[in-house]
Amino acid sequence: MDPLRQSPSRSSSRASSPRTLPSEMLGYVGIEAVLDQLKIKAMKMGFEFNIMVVGQSGLGKSTMVNTLFKSKMWKSTMPGLGVPTPQTLQLQSVTHVIEESGVKLKLTVTDTPGFGDQINNDKCWDPILGYINEQYEHYLQEEILITRQRHIPDTRVHCCVYFVPPTGHWLRPLDIEFLRRLCRTVNVVPVIARADSLTIEEREAFRHRIQENLKTHGIEVYPQQCFDEDINDKILNSKIRERIPFAVVGADQEHIVNGRCVLGRKTKWGIIEVENMAHCEFPLLRDLLIRSHLQDLKDITHNVHYENYRIFRLNESHVLPRGPGWVNLARAPASVPAPAGPQANPGPSKVGGWAKDNSDEEC
Amino acid sequence: MEAEANSGSPEDSWAFIQRPGEGCRTVPLAGHVGFDSLPDQLVNQSVSQGFCFNILCVGETGLGKSTLMDTLFNTKFEGEPATHTQPGVQLQSNTYDLQESNVGLKLTIVSTVGFGDQINKEDSYRPIVEFIDAQFEAYLQEELKIRRLLHNYHDSRIHACLYFIAPTGHSLKSLDLVTMKKLDSKVNVIPIIAKSDAISKSELTKFKIKITSELVSNGVQIYQFPTDDEAVAEINGTMNAHLPFAVIGSTEELKIGNKMVKARQYPWGTVQVENEAHCDFVKLREMLIRVNMEDLREQTHSRHYELYRRCKLEEMGFKDTDPDSKPFSLQETYEAKRNEFLGELQKKEEEMRQMFVQRVKEKEAELKEAEKELHEKFDRLKKLHQDEKKKLEDKKKSLDDEVNAFKQRKTAAELLQSQGSQAGGSQTLKRDKEKKN
Repeated sequence: MDPLRQSPSRSSSRASSPRTLPSEMLGYVGIEAVLDQLKIKAMKMGFEFNIMVVGQSGLGKSTMVNTLFKSKMWKSTMPGLGVPTPQTLQLQSVTHVIEESGVKLKLTVTDTPGFGDQINNDKCWDPILGYINEQYEHYLQEEILITRQRHIPDTRVHCCVYFVPPTGHWLRPLDIEFLRRLCRTVNVVPVIARADSLTIEEREAFRHRIQENLKTHGIEVYPQQCFDEDINDKILNSKIRERIPFAVVGADQEHIVNGRCVLGRKTKWGIIEVENMAHCEFPLLRDLLIRSHLQDLKDITHNVHYENYRIFRLNESHVLPRGPGWVNLARAPASVPAPAGPQANPGPSKVGGWAKDNSDEEC
Repeated sequence: MEAEANSGSPEDSWAFIQRPGEGCRTVPLAGHVGFDSLPDQLVNQSVSQGFCFNILCVGETGLGKSTLMDTLFNTKFEGEPATHTQPGVQLQSNTYDLQESNVGLKLTIVSTVGFGDQINKEDSYRPIVEFIDAQFEAYLQEELKIRRLLHNYHDSRIHACLYFIAPTGHSLKSLDLVTMKKLDSKVNVIPIIAKSDAISKSELTKFKIKITSELVSNGVQIYQFPTDDEAVAEINGTMNAHLPFAVIGSTEELKIGNKMVKARQYPWGTVQVENEAHCDFVKLREMLIRVNMEDLREQTHSRHYELYRRCKLEEMGFKDTDPDSKPFSLQETYEAKRNEFLGELQKKEEEMRQMFVQRVKEKEAELKEAEKELHEKFDRLKKLHQDEKKKLEDKKKSLDDEVNAFKQRKTAAELLQSQGSQAGGSQTLKRDKEKKN
């Protein structure tokens, strides 16, 4: 479906440099102290993370965010009966700074109330795509300034969590359309919301069907297969890919179970523990998003999605075909269209040829 | 509903509340979320990419630059000592892959060859500045490309410049001052006193004070170790007071006590490289590698490179436009320059075409001339040929006439002879015959 997608591998900086000699070191020099220096610098600067939750109302998005970050990010909104559903989709963003063990994280959560709630949901993804591209635009503007800031504030959406309603059948056309368009602009993680209404077997069947649907339509959700670098990544990510989409339950109330205090939902027939792997897959989602792949999400957003957007923007006014072009600043500047296709640079990279499809789909 | 949704301007369709600025509130956590592993995630990703570090060694020939590099990184780098007869200053760069536990470092060492050897040293600093600028330029080119590979890019910008000062004990040479002044805005300059085992301790303190005062009075900004972060503020602060470091390099190992240490042996004693009382080598290593490598890289990127970029872009005519005008001033200027270039290209094409047409005309004229000549020649030859033919025909005609005349006389003679024979005039016949013959 994407013939221009480059074969990826983020080869280390060694591959693209001139001839180097491996040297033997006869004693301790202290190079690995640079890791500590990095850590200190990172802790001082703090981290940023922007997450977007998309789904129909009533699927528990706000509760899920509260459960993920164990704090009251949102008050879950329940539209009153008298209030008409808004005609247009309104995105709301909230930023908080949370700190744990000295690590400061500036977290921005963007909610999309009203998504998929109208009778006619045609093009309901456009405001969302517009918002995401707007963030890329801000970053690009900052980056091409002559005098630019030391640290450009990063408002780009790093991860989009898509809530699939637990019908138990297949993905609905709305879901497929949305996922198709978004997976090329941003990292999408689909989850099955309110999974406590499905039994374990129903869950597995639903999951399989969703995976088939995704494969049929060529939708690559995070972690994307084409960005696996080495065998370790492949193994780790394959395990994750088998379980996508996670079946999650969100809860922000605590109950006592067997003497322990757990987060869960209390029903007449039992208490569903959110952090119990036997009950739901919330821990997997949390681990993926926060504990193991947060940096990776940011990297892919920066190196792939943002670069694609940049290529698209910079190519817009040129009459060049979608091939590479650059300006020689040393002498008389010239736009030399180099041969399109696989880059002339050595070392395949993560920049896929998604820009073409991107522009076709944008309104 | 579709019409209503689409009738508004783009601003109406997605009215999102702007995020509050930096004053966003801190929310307390009710449990362990787990993002304290973030620094580790970051470090893992950096380790898999590898680090690179580029050092430039500037100093006169014979001050021990290569030896110091060998000593610093505990390894033998290739290369032979340079001679003193170089005509100009050249830079020689070598890249090495070092590995320590799981950290890979791509180290590039650039050395000046022939610095300070010429008689006229006015332009000695120029190749160095050009080299540094060339590295910035390469990075800028990569950053401005449309399809770029920045995260894979082998960063060749110089992160630290070690300036080797000769151990005279008096003051800085004017060459040193001039060069350092040119370099201080382009690279992190760390001056060090080389071969400091030639100076005694008291002279050394005086020398250091003299050097620092000269640098300050000339406005040379050398690299100061950062003191804003509590973790390293203290140690960096004390080290800043010891600048410039007096170092000794040695790759030979001698047995002192019961350990093998790097040292230089003299008849009057042994100088140990890693002994803090003998020289500042250990301090240099601490500061350069173990404490501030990351800061050096960051300063290079955020200060020196940004300055270069700003100057370069302003020079090329790009400007930051104010918020009212169109967003991509860079793009517009690209566009304008591209059109300019295309215009030039077209002009050249026209010229070439005209020249071509002219040449063709000339050639054609030549060929016509030749043709004409050939025609003339042909005509001439034809005429000649005709003349010859006519002459021959005339001759033939006259010959025929003679033959006819002869025939006539012959018949006339025979007639006479037949008459004569009737008259018995054989004698006359004979006489006639004789006459005839």
